[in-house]
Amino acid sequence: MDFDKITVCGALELMEKGECSSEELVSGLLGVIDSKDGEIGAYLSVDHADALEQAREADRKRANGESGRLLGVPIAIKDVLNVKGQACTCASQILKGYISPYDATAIAMMRKEGAVFLGRTNMDEFAMGSSTENSSCQITRNPHNMDCVPGGSSGGSAAAVAGGEALAALGTDTGGSIRQPAAFCGCVGLKPSYGRVSRYGLVAFASSFDQIGPMTRDVRDSAHLLGVISGQDDMDSSSLNLPVPDYVSMLKDDLKGVTLGLPKEYFVDGMDDEVRASVMKAVDVCRGLGAEITEVSLPHTDYAIAVYYIIATAEASTNLARFDGVRYGFRAEGVTDPIDMYGKTRSQGFGDEVKRRIILGTYVLSSGYYDAYYLSAQKVRTLIRRDFEDAFKKCDALLTPTTPTPAFKRGDKSDDPLQMYLCDIFTATANLAGVCGISVPCGKSSDGLPIGLQLLGPEFKEENILRTAYAYEQGRENG
Amino acid sequence: MQYLHTIGLEVHVQLKTETKMFCGCGTVYGAAPNTNVCPVCLGYPGAMPVMNRNAVRDTILTGLMIGSEISTYSKFDRKSYFYPDMPKNYQITQYDKPFCVGGSVEVDLEGQKKLIAITRIHLEEDVAKSMHFHKSSGVDFNRAGVPLMEIVSEPDMQNAEEAFAFLQALRQIVRYVGVSDCNLEEGNMRCDVNCSVRPEGQTELGTKTELKNLNTLKGVYNAIKYELGRQVEVLSSGGTIQQETRCWDVDAGVTESLRSKENAHDYRYFPEPDLMPVVLTAKQIEDWRKELPELPRHRRERLVLEYGLPDYAAGVIVADKHVADYYEEAAALVSNPKAVSNWIMTEMLRLLGEREMDIEDVKITPAALAGIVKLVDSDAINSTKAKEVFAELFDNGGDPEKIVKEKGMGQVSDQSAIEELVDQAISENVKSAEDYKSGKKAALQYIVGQVMRLSKGKANPKMVGAMISEKLG
Ligand SMILES: [Zn+2]
Repeated sequence: MDFDKITVCGALELMEKGECSSEELVSGLLGVIDSKDGEIGAYLSVDHADALEQAREADRKRANGESGRLLGVPIAIKDVLNVKGQACTCASQILKGYISPYDATAIAMMRKEGAVFLGRTNMDEFAMGSSTENSSCQITRNPHNMDCVPGGSSGGSAAAVAGGEALAALGTDTGGSIRQPAAFCGCVGLKPSYGRVSRYGLVAFASSFDQIGPMTRDVRDSAHLLGVISGQDDMDSSSLNLPVPDYVSMLKDDLKGVTLGLPKEYFVDGMDDEVRASVMKAVDVCRGLGAEITEVSLPHTDYAIAVYYIIATAEASTNLARFDGVRYGFRAEGVTDPIDMYGKTRSQGFGDEVKRRIILGTYVLSSGYYDAYYLSAQKVRTLIRRDFEDAFKKCDALLTPTTPTPAFKRGDKSDDPLQMYLCDIFTATANLAGVCGISVPCGKSSDGLPIGLQLLGPEFKEENILRTAYAYEQGRENG
Repeated sequence: MQYLHTIGLEVHVQLKTETKMFCGCGTVYGAAPNTNVCPVCLGYPGAMPVMNRNAVRDTILTGLMIGSEISTYSKFDRKSYFYPDMPKNYQITQYDKPFCVGGSVEVDLEGQKKLIAITRIHLEEDVAKSMHFHKSSGVDFNRAGVPLMEIVSEPDMQNAEEAFAFLQALRQIVRYVGVSDCNLEEGNMRCDVNCSVRPEGQTELGTKTELKNLNTLKGVYNAIKYELGRQVEVLSSGGTIQQETRCWDVDAGVTESLRSKENAHDYRYFPEPDLMPVVLTAKQIEDWRKELPELPRHRRERLVLEYGLPDYAAGVIVADKHVADYYEEAAALVSNPKAVSNWIMTEMLRLLGEREMDIEDVKITPAALAGIVKLVDSDAINSTKAKEVFAELFDNGGDPEKIVKEKGMGQVSDQSAIEELVDQAISENVKSAEDYKSGKKAALQYIVGQVMRLSKGKANPKMVGAMISEKLG
């Protein structure tokens, strides 16, 4: 079996035909992990025995005539999602020892369809970062170049899929954390519209931005997994009660009747030439498939990063307040009273970037600063939302680069938070506006590093970007 | 110099919903520590709140009851501060868009009526309970997340008596709506007090202090008395009042500084992103308005008019909504509704008090009490026997007529049967008969008593008295 290539849908087909069992699939992947993950470092933990037992259980079910949309399919899970009985550390020391007492809703939905939870993938601590260098646990390397970062914060998930260590993974995206590492590692990463997938059980970074999404080897798998995890959830008030379409059946080989918009603010002077060339080549492919291409404008794009870092850190500063050593996780030794316990536990338990964002978020919400920062940022957020509404009156999806550059070298930006924050420049707007986005590979740089094409679609129109991405993927291969 | 006093209250009322404010955990008081808990109310990573719609309804019913304006757009906010009893280290509450704005509560101050204005009512989640042991502390999260309604008054009260009367009136209203037991011992009604004093003639309010840890109505009363006195003393001796939070020390009977304004929390309120704003339609609000019970003071006035009760009796009856409901159900069945109120104010409330019971738990139905009243009115039993019947029904329930028959309690009004007993009594008590004849009127009662004894209490005492005086007269 070629573990670098096999897809979720491909594996399901093989298992249905009886050409392979889930146990064979999982033990094969465990073998790859054993041989490669020492170098790549995608996984924080893999419980071999448990994964194999889940696989055998899936095989028994299939033998009994049971079915499931993910029956026997091994999936890697970002360490930010609660899986009952497993550790969930968010790659932070502060959650050391915490064992999830419950399943996140997305996990429960996948479990119901028979998925095998293979292991937990590395990430930037509490999903704060764009290179996975902020993990407090280990380094994750980009399988395409071991000196480069895999992107972040879902860097472990992207590296696992790209490195042949998983068929697919779940990631989370707050400002680009699925799409950016997918672009860096050459896989497909989808951020659903805000409210499409329940956030219940996702350890919150920024509640009004976070979404769970699939990271896969092709667009079809992305559509398939999105169909499993989408839908309204009583446990998440921000999930919307809208029917979930059969995304896979809506994939088409052509783009006839589809209008794609190129936002001029995303094609600026000074962007990486190879990235620009690859994306423009993708535009030609889409045109060749029948798409109409038009230029659009998202005039408030310049403010996106500032607005994003104000609102996201404000939310994060409260979301992370619960990690205090009282009820679970790490508690500092030798404390004298509750205040001392909070201070020491949080000083020792959180890494630098997390502390930086907690302090930023605390500051922007402070009395006397709230209006100038948080409130103003919310107003601009509304303007950014309107930019997208206006743009989508003229087109079905927007086409942009996912990132300004391909993957960079480890250490290049880790000392300069501002440079790191700018990695999210093309992706964070989608989270601000609540729209959906997908990154698909669109070629490689001269250094052999993947480049990502981003498609952004209106809220709850995942079928638009999936169809476009799928047709492009087919056209790219044939072209 | 004379000083003017200003008092405002913030009253926290736990709603008695079946489940907590943002999760499905139960709210029963007194469960073993940390048994009514789940990832949501423990603030576990990834857990999210879901709004309890019944708690919203209860809050809005309370607002409608006191004449608040109900917001068609409300939202929840996060209020940040670190404390071990706060599972998330922020509390979900309402900052600038509460459910209810304005309204008032009427209080009765020795016959003088006064309206205390209400600023707002908002909804939030309760915190956990810290427990301190010899060498360690623990937290019981059963209470964490129980819906808490905060009612904020305007600074309309001028002394401890008014604050006390306000709390009583408010408690009565909340109990009438049926959304809370307002039981101070169980902590489901709690209160913070803001108070200040200023020299007479000064228009702007003096610097205020906030009093906390007031767990009983008496505590509120005593703390206000003490604090106003303290402030006057400080000002009179040329000092200034510090804006601060003070804690009531029940044992010492004094308030003590807890933290100053400089150390006040910056709560960093901002909209709760995990909950959607609550948008209410006018129709929804009107539907809730139809569920409203009558205000206690309106009911009191109506009982006076409708049943001819004295105002005092009406006040006693309406004090507890369930008692008033019981009264009206029984009163509707008799032609003498005042007799029903007498039964309730004497026997019923006495027995309820002795047994520490609520009227909802008694076995005697309103129809049965009405039955007793009818039996007395038609002279079928006398009042002594009626009390026995009442006591029997109170404990065991049943039909009064049936009990009277079974136990042979029926009043003997048969002329010849009574005459027989009267003759026997006179012949056995010649001395008393002579006394009566010679003008000692009191002797009559003694002979009546003897007849009642002979009849085992069943003879109609009016008939007995009349017959004896006729025979000896
Ligand atoms: Zn709970």
